[in-house]
This record gives sequence, C-alpha cells and structure tokens, in this order.
Amino acid sequence: MALINPKKREVQVKIVYYGPGRGGKTTNLEYINRKFKKRILNEMVTVKTYGDRTLFFDFLPFDIGEIKGHSIKIQLYTVPGQVKYNATRRLVLRGVDGIVFVADSMDLRREMNIRSLQNLKENLEAFNKNIFNIPLVMQYNKRDLADEGIPILSEETLQKDLNSRLNAPYFPGSAIRGDNVAATMKKIIALTVSSLRKKLQ
Amino acid sequence: MDFTIDFTKEQIESIEDVLQQELIDLGVQSVILMDLAGNVIVNLDNGHANHDVFSLAALAAGNYGAVSAMANIIGEQEFSLLFHKGEKESIHFSKVVEDLLLLTIFNRDVSLGFLRLKVAEAIKRIQTLI
Repeated sequence: MALINPKKREVQVKIVYYGPGRGGKTTNLEYINRKFKKRILNEMVTVKTYGDRTLFFDFLPFDIGEIKGHSIKIQLYTVPGQVKYNATRRLVLRGVDGIVFVADSMDLRREMNIRSLQNLKENLEAFNKNIFNIPLVMQYNKRDLADEGIPILSEETLQKDLNSRLNAPYFPGSAIRGDNVAATMKKIIALTVSSLRKKLQ
Repeated sequence: MDFTIDFTKEQIESIEDVLQQELIDLGVQSVILMDLAGNVIVNLDNGHANHDVFSLAALAAGNYGAVSAMANIIGEQEFSLLFHKGEKESIHFSKVVEDLLLLTIFNRDVSLGFLRLKVAEAIKRIQTLI
C-alpha cells in the first residue's frame, strides 16, 4: 500500500522487481540508474554478497513529478533471486504496490521461472495479497542471447508457462542492452499509479 | 499482515511537534518515523543533517526484519529496540506500534540513557495520536 503524506502532498510507491536468481533484476535497476541519472537524486543502494549476488535488495528511489497535486516518489527494489534467501525476499515484498516479474529467457531456466512465480504468489499470500489483483508486468529478459546462439525459450512458451492465467502486460527485453527496460518500468509505474488515482481524489 | 496507516495532515503535524519537543530540541541530529515497508512518514532534523533518509528507511526496514528473524530463531518474538554505535554518530531504532519504527540519529553530545528515556516518552505520546 502506497504511503500518502497529506501534509507534504507526497506519495511513496514501492515497486519490486521479482524473479529467479541471475535473471537480470539488478541489471534492470542499474540500467535505469544510468539512463535516468538526472532524475535520481540519491545513489542506488545495494546489499550484495561477496559473490556479487543480491543478498538483501537493491534500492533506487526517484521522483516522477506530480499527479493530482501530489509529488510521486517511486521506490524501486529488487529481491534476492536465490532460492535460499526466501526470508529476505519476503521482507522486501512488505507494502509492495506493483511488481515486475523478470523471467530468464534461457532454455535452461524454464523450470526456475515457474518456481519463482509460484514463490511470488505464496509470498504475496503471506501479506494477504493476491497476485491476480496487484499491478504486475512481465519482462522476458535476455532475448539478446539468441544472437549468441544460446537456446532461448520462445515468447509463446514463456507466455504459456507464466502468463496464461495472469494475462499481465509483457515485454521481451534485454536488461544488459537496455532493450525494453524503460518500457517495462514505465508500464509498471503507469499501472501502479493509476491504481492509486482513486485514493488521490 | 500488510499494513499502512493513513495519516491526516493534523496527525502528521502533531507527531512532528512531539518529535521536535522530545528529540530535536534535546540535540539529536535527525529523526525518522517510518513503516516497515520502508516508507518515510515523518522526517525532522536539526538543520545540519543531510542524510539520504529514503535509503536509510529502506535499509532500516530490511535491518529490522532481519533482526526480527534472528529473534525468532532464539525464541523471541522480536527485538523492539536496536542500537548501532558509531564513532561520531549513532542510530537508535525503536518500535512505535505494529509496523511503525522510530529512527533517531544522534552524536556524542547526547547520552544514550537520556536518549532512550526521551524516545520512550515520544513513543508514548505518538501512540495516543495514531
């Protein structure tokens, strides 16, 4: 649930990038941090292990201007993808307003995507949230690997595996190249903010 | 389990008054009232602090959650008070109500004992306002 401060007329919106380990969630945020540097006043915060994997979360706050007289502060978070970090992953979901599910297009990761999505559903349930009711955008990341001859899943397969019931907007992307990273982010912000509009009347 | 309080403008102003009187006037650098989602509800400082409060709040929420998980392992429900001591600046965390935390950043001019007393008083007053 977004936090609305009626005194400062400010809304804090929490968007979480979720998905399997090494799927490109942090790479999405790093790209956004570079690309939108002018709007980002603070440094990106990242809590990593020695192996350079996200241990806790990455955090990137920025302002997107005003809606209905309220200044909107977007807070982007990633979760640690590795299976063993479920406790911290769940913590990051507390108070989430919108989710980007970053799936790994690599053939080998098919099962991990499905498991991670199931894990998201369960962790949301722990906060009495339903995956069908929360703003959600899918990103099928690492499409660039096809150019290197690495076998990747087709968009149809990913859609069938992950999005056949959810029917969320989706983008094929390449976080490392920046393809559709901004589009994914803009879409989740639009969905999340529009779900808040009623509260801002 | 998920939880965010909707605050009115008047509530925020009353909370600001309490934090100003009990803590800022005592000499603390800055105070942040935040929820466990990492949202900043109220932030006041003495005019000399220039902290990135949004990042601090995000990390504090994570830290509090991690320490609560540690508490569970040793059979405690939670640790309702945390203190991180630095060479010059220190951070004191205290739970206000379910899902709300008060962060106080202070330097060596303020004694920990007195600060804890004042934080407890501020929390008691804030609890009557929400």
